[in-house]
Amino acid sequence: MALAAILLPLAMAVVVFFTPSKRWRPRLLAATAVAHFALTVATLAAPAEAGAGQWLRLDAPGRLLLGLVSLLFLCCAIYSVGYLRYRMERANRRFCACLLAVLGTMSLVAFAQHLGLLWVAVEATTLATAPLIYFNRTPRSIEATWKYLVISSIGIALALFGSFFVGYAALSGGGEASLLFPDLLAGAATLSKPWLRAGFALLLIGYGTKLGLAPMHTWKPDAYGEAPGVVGAVLAGGLTSCAFLALLRLTQITAAAGEGAFAGRLLVGIGIVSMAVAGALLLGQRDLKRMLAYSSVEQMGILALAAGLGAGATFAALLHLVNNALGKGVMFLAVGNVHRAYGGKTTAEVRGALQRLPLSGTLVLLGLFAVTGSPPFGPFVSELLILSAIFDAGRWLVGGLFLALLLLVFAGMGATALAALQGRAPAGSWRSEYRERAATVLPALGLLALVLLFGVHLPEPVRALIADAAAALEVGR
Amino acid sequence: MTGVDSLLNSLVAALLLVNLVALGSSRIATVVRAVAVQGVILGFLAVAAHGGVSNRVLTLAAASAVLKGWLIPVILFRALRQVAIKREVEPSLGLLPSLLVGAIATVLAVVATGRLPLAETRLAPLLVPASLATVAAGFILLTTRRKAISQVLGFLVLENGIFVFGLLLVEAMPFLVEIGVLLDLFVGIFVLSIIIHHINREFASLDTRRLSLLKE
Repeated sequence: MALAAILLPLAMAVVVFFTPSKRWRPRLLAATAVAHFALTVATLAAPAEAGAGQWLRLDAPGRLLLGLVSLLFLCCAIYSVGYLRYRMERANRRFCACLLAVLGTMSLVAFAQHLGLLWVAVEATTLATAPLIYFNRTPRSIEATWKYLVISSIGIALALFGSFFVGYAALSGGGEASLLFPDLLAGAATLSKPWLRAGFALLLIGYGTKLGLAPMHTWKPDAYGEAPGVVGAVLAGGLTSCAFLALLRLTQITAAAGEGAFAGRLLVGIGIVSMAVAGALLLGQRDLKRMLAYSSVEQMGILALAAGLGAGATFAALLHLVNNALGKGVMFLAVGNVHRAYGGKTTAEVRGALQRLPLSGTLVLLGLFAVTGSPPFGPFVSELLILSAIFDAGRWLVGGLFLALLLLVFAGMGATALAALQGRAPAGSWRSEYRERAATVLPALGLLALVLLFGVHLPEPVRALIADAAAALEVGR
Repeated sequence: MTGVDSLLNSLVAALLLVNLVALGSSRIATVVRAVAVQGVILGFLAVAAHGGVSNRVLTLAAASAVLKGWLIPVILFRALRQVAIKREVEPSLGLLPSLLVGAIATVLAVVATGRLPLAETRLAPLLVPASLATVAAGFILLTTRRKAISQVLGFLVLENGIFVFGLLLVEAMPFLVEIGVLLDLFVGIFVLSIIIHHINREFASLDTRRLSLLKE
């Protein structure tokens, strides 16, 4: 029962793969997502920790991740039903099966309590998403898939190497070789410092590649740019959250071992570099989906920075993780609709989106304000919390850079998005078959409502979920 | 020196030799065979390192040897036949320089190991430098070869190096996790070989320099 959140989607992936009807596969996908979400809500409502054995246990951070991933996936699955109706010319067997496999493996990340198992789960999410990026079967999407697979595989291989280093740090420090998080945390004081430092650096490069932190971000614009919008939402909101949780757990162990300053320097440095690289590449960006990819690089930079600030900023980092996932969901789903309607995604083809698509266009506009951290949306609150943690630590230079880079990103994204939204829609765009329907608009609208709600008033159950996760991740720091 | 220890020494020496063969070969098929041989060596190394008594280590060694020594090479040879490319590796860094860099990396790996605290003196002084050197060889292959299939081979060598390090941690890795790692590797190579097939069809080449449609 406890592991149903993992096994149900994986079993349904097999069922969907062998379902002959093109119309039924998306419906099964959505039904599974609904069941998974119901199961997740039931699990989160129960106070006890769910799980099986030592390696698979849902602790407080895992609960937060499972809830976030399940909610985002529910919206994406409903959207997929509407989206695939416009793509009946394409085979959707692999698409639906792989999406479900991604849900199953992301849930496994939430449950994993063992560094090796966590690695297996994160690598499995990578492999399951590769066929999704490749859905359109164009030369461009093949190139994007190749880069995604090769760069992510190398990165994640380094993460395994780093995991082994951390395990060896325990062995070399005279402790028992164990890769279970509770054991590593309890024995953190005896971890051998040189191995731990090397291990943390490798893990930061490895999981940082999955996050898309600069300079390991090069696959990201290509993959997000060529994948269908809904896949972009799963990648930018779901997979990145999984990798970030892995990074937070490792930062906690490193800090508990007395190397928090070392980890913090690396995280803050790579965070600022990511924000700067993203800001530079957002200026003059003409492709809407690539714009979202660089925005994701920037958001991951903010998260890495927050993770590097020390114990006090964990709540802010987790709140921002939630806001980022929901905000990216809004943007990718809405931009996916724009792509469908115009048959293109650059500002050369897309003009007057507010006129052609009043609903999706408005969603893009409001989503833009949300992800760039404007009030009254959620990211404004979490970025403010991160900023105050920076100033509390007396790091004025970092704070100044943080603010300047946020402005740069706002300017870059605003120029690109407004160019696509304003003006007169070209006559050709009205001839495309895409019309705004409930299935492709409501999921993005629902996510936007949540981002807005979290900015105005964070509901108590959500606040408690985040606060518990933050408290669990601050033990020993 | 006991019999097992001298066997360990020979296996590690063979492992490092295969790295150099992979770096110095001009034909892709030779590199595929070298990586296959390396996979089998890893299986023996796992058994030699842990006395070969426990069923767990034996199963793992056998699974790894079958996967890396047979199944993955079969997939790669099939990909090679299907795409019918010129069989040379076409490195961007010459074969001799890459051999030299590989040899230097091996020496550096030994030096670096001397500076790190090791938990015990039997396995670690052999396996740690072997692992670092193999990872380095994998990186050289990955960064200096242009054909998509050569890059997959580089990734395999990199993974082999990490596997060697994992032998030091057999107690900490649950059996299912080890199998999961191998399964991920297998699926990864399988998906990559499919993409290679499509790259060849769409770009009429496996030269990764042609993959340049996407840029700023």
